[in-house]
This record gives sequence, structure tokens and C-alpha cells, in this order.
Amino acid sequence: MTLLDVQDLTVDFGDGPVVDGLSLSLEPGDRVGIIGESGSGKSLTALSIIGLAPDSATVTGSVRWNGEELLGRSDRDLSELRGDDITMVFQNPLNSLNPVMRVGRQVAEPLRLHQRLSRGTAAARAVELLDQVGLPDPANTSRAFPHQLSGGQRQRVGIAIALACQPALLIADEPTTALDVTVQAGVLQLLRDLIADRGTALLFITHDVALVSGITDRLLVMRRGLVVEEGPTTEVVTAPRHDYTVELIAAARATALDEEERVG
Amino acid sequence: MRRIVRILWRTWPGRIGAVLSSVMVVSALVSLVWTPYDPKRVNPGERWLPVSRDHWFGTDGGGQDLFSQVLAGARTTLTVAVLSVFIAAVIGLVLGVLSAITPRWVGEALAHVIDVLIALPTLILALVLVAALGGSVWTISLAIGFASGVVLARVVKAEVARVLTQDYVLAASAAGSSTLRTVIRHVLPNIAPVVIVQLSLVAALAVLAEAALSFLGLTPISTPSWGRMLEELQQSASVHPWAIVFPGLAVVAATLGFNLVGDGLRDAIDPRLRSRVALPTLDLAGTVNQGPNR
Repeated sequence: MTLLDVQDLTVDFGDGPVVDGLSLSLEPGDRVGIIGESGSGKSLTALSIIGLAPDSATVTGSVRWNGEELLGRSDRDLSELRGDDITMVFQNPLNSLNPVMRVGRQVAEPLRLHQRLSRGTAAARAVELLDQVGLPDPANTSRAFPHQLSGGQRQRVGIAIALACQPALLIADEPTTALDVTVQAGVLQLLRDLIADRGTALLFITHDVALVSGITDRLLVMRRGLVVEEGPTTEVVTAPRHDYTVELIAAARATALDEEERVG
Repeated sequence: MRRIVRILWRTWPGRIGAVLSSVMVVSALVSLVWTPYDPKRVNPGERWLPVSRDHWFGTDGGGQDLFSQVLAGARTTLTVAVLSVFIAAVIGLVLGVLSAITPRWVGEALAHVIDVLIALPTLILALVLVAALGGSVWTISLAIGFASGVVLARVVKAEVARVLTQDYVLAASAAGSSTLRTVIRHVLPNIAPVVIVQLSLVAALAVLAEAALSFLGLTPISTPSWGRMLEELQQSASVHPWAIVFPGLAVVAATLGFNLVGDGLRDAIDPRLRSRVALPTLDLAGTVNQGPNR
């Protein structure tokens, strides 16, 4: 059965749609990317799927999870899915972790919430998860506060939180944008390995063409709320059909060249 | 807890605050079981005695021991301070959080009600309540707690609104946390530093307000109080000026102590400030203290 089936998703704040008739479907284990410039409605699409679009937005269309309609469901219903079956990794790992809570407890939080683990069991499981995401000295790290970790380490914690309950779908919203280029590669590699091990489906949102090729099989190109091109990632990247996609790829090349020049 | 004390101890203001507040609490506790003399016993033979080994703070015009009275007064002041802080915290957090997380029109309406209530001056409100309910420790605490609580509510609302825009609140929702759980686990800990500082100000204000109200004679005569002492002693201040020094100092010390502890606690609770090890702080001698090495 289709895991996630989004049909004609439209998000409107009252002055024209910000996401306009987006359709997309994922089978278990699928890896789909959404790419587009900022403001193209990528993140809003992700939030709308799990019912977290701002209150001021009108969301229409259909979002089916294992055949069940999610749009219009109560917050209480949805929060059983969120963090358990569908989880998210956010863009800025400094802001998306609670600054006054030890990271171990933050990783344990979804376990306590959804799997009703006891405090001790959840804490032990959190240390295991921190180990799996490649953090050094996980027992000690679990007692650290977010500001004591580096950006890459924080995002690894974010990934540990997202994978804690073995979700069927992981939505990664620009997970590496706030990180150094050198750290990006490690975090992406980790994400790719972990979801491959677990058979987790991935919805990967980014503005960076260079990132999508390695981690997604299918790609949607979004511009001003509309999907302008869609297809297998390699095809879209090597033989783009839409002008906007060509522009995006050219822009990514230009930046890459700039960096080479600077390094060289 | 030990960690909090240690961090409070790290700076001079924190130390002074901790010492002053501890002295205040210890005095109040000691007065429950022991005072050198019965604070209420009138002894016409020992009127206006100066400071001596028998009477540490001297005696007043009735021959009553001033040290015993200051000890007993600490009890009343501390009770009012604790009750006021508790009432203010409950009112401020409930109103503030509600007005920030309820649907917009409810929140706005609540905010307007809060604004109107803030306009009521604390002491006037206290006078009205005393007139209506009779003067007692409870009435005064209720007035101070209520008036401070609505002011706190506005601060809390702004702080909660700030925290709610943070990604970690969105992340908590995305992890399936309910609104109530998010407020308790993510919002309240993040506004705690601000609330604690505000509450320490409430405690300091309560000390002053209790003194002012009892100075005006609005507390029952049976309740020992620094304000009442000041009122009685100031009538003879031109003849016996030293007698007024000690209850006056007690009020100042308690107010200062609560304020300093509040500042220190803010630093102790906020982990972002906690690891700020070597930030230079100015100590009272005016030399730059590089902070303890860890």
C-alpha cells in the first residue's frame, strides 16, 4: 500500500496559494527530494503533511497516510503519528533543540511519549541512539546541553531524535544547510546509512542540487508553490527539462566552481 | 541544589544575597523557638537602653527588647514574602501562559484584562483589601501577590510568545508532544530565568509593602512587624535616633538579599550562562575577578 499519498495539496494564507496543487506519493523505503529556492513552499509542504502549518494557513487537498486521510484530523490524533510514524529533522540544529534540556532527555522524549518507556529505559535507549548517530562518548554526551556540542553534533542529535521510534517516514527539512560543507557530507552519509538500515522512507527538502543526487531517487522541483518538474533524480539533474531546473543546476555549478577557485 | 548554591556563590552579589537571605530565614526560624526576651513584654524600668550585651539592639520606649522584636518581625516579613511570591507565581504563570497559547481573540481579551488590573496600584489595592477583609498577613500577601501576579503575567505572556516561535517548540510538536506537555517541558524551563528574577523582585517588593502597610497601622497589633517598629520608633527618632537603625537595616537587608539572590539564581538556572566560566565580573572592591577556574 502507498505509504504517503498527497493529492492536490494547496496551502493559502489568503493572498494566493503558497503551495499550489502539489501531488506526491511515497512507497515504504522511497527516497524523494523536493528542491527549490527559499519561499518556494518546500518547508510549508512538509509541515502541512503533518498538520503543523500555521493556524493562519488554509490547507486543502488530500494527505493520505496508509490510506487514511490526515487533513482535518485533530491535533491529538496527529500527535500520535508525529514523532512516531512520521518524524522531522529541522534546518537549524541550534534552534531545534531545547537549550535548557540535556540532549539525552531530548532523545528520550519521543520514546517516553510514544513507546511509554520508563525514564531509565528511555535514557539507556537514548545513549544507544547517540552512539548509532556516531557521537563520541555517548554516555557523557547525553548529559550535555545543546550549546556544548558543535553544529554537526547537534544535527546528529536531531537525527537520533527523529529515528528514535523507528519511523516509517523521515522528513528532513534542509538538514545540512546550517552546517559547514565538510560537516555536511558526514551528516548526509549518516542519514543515508541509517534510513537504508531501517527501510525508512525519506522526504528530503533542500535548495542545493549537489545534495539531492546522493540521497534521493526521485526529485520534485518546486517554484513559487508549483511543481515545475518531476522525475528520477539522475534524469532531472543530468537532463533537466524545465528552465528553472537548468537555472538551479547552473547556480549550484557556479558556487562549486567559486569554491574550487578559492581553494585552488 | 548543591550546584545552584555553588553557582550562587561564584559572584560577590550572589554571595551577599545568599548570606542576607539565609540570615533572614534563620532569624525567622529561630524566633519560632527562642528570642532573648519576650518581644511583647513591657518593662518600664528598662526604657531606651542603648546597645549592650544584654540588649543587642537596645530597647524601645516601652522597655521592650529590640533584637527580639526584629527576630519576630523577620517571621512575619518572610511569611508575607513567601506567600506573595507563591500567589504571584500562580497568577502570573496561569494568566500569562493562557493568554499566549489560547486562540488569538481569547488571548487578546485576557491581555486587556491584565492591562486593566496592572493599573491598580499595589498599595491602594492592599488598603482596599485590608478595609474589606481586615488586616492580616493573608490579606497583605493576597494584595501584593495579586498585584505583582498580573504584572508578571504580562512579562510571562511576552516570554512565552517569544519561546513559542522557536524551532524547538515546533520540533516538540513534530515529535508528537501535546500543547500542555510542550508548555511544561519546553516553554516553562526556558522562561524560568526571567520568571525567577521577577519573583525575587516580588519578594523584595513584598518586604517593602509589608513594612509600609504595617507602618500605616494596617496589620493587626498582635503581629510583630518591622514596619510597626519603625512607626513606633520614628516618633522618638529625634531623641533616640539609634533605635530606629536596626529595624530599618533589617528592611534594607531583606530587600537587597532577595534582589541579589534573584540575580544569582537567574545565572544558576540558565545553562547557557552556566558554562560562562571566565567572564570577568566586577567585585565590590572594584578589582576585576576572573571567576573561579573549573
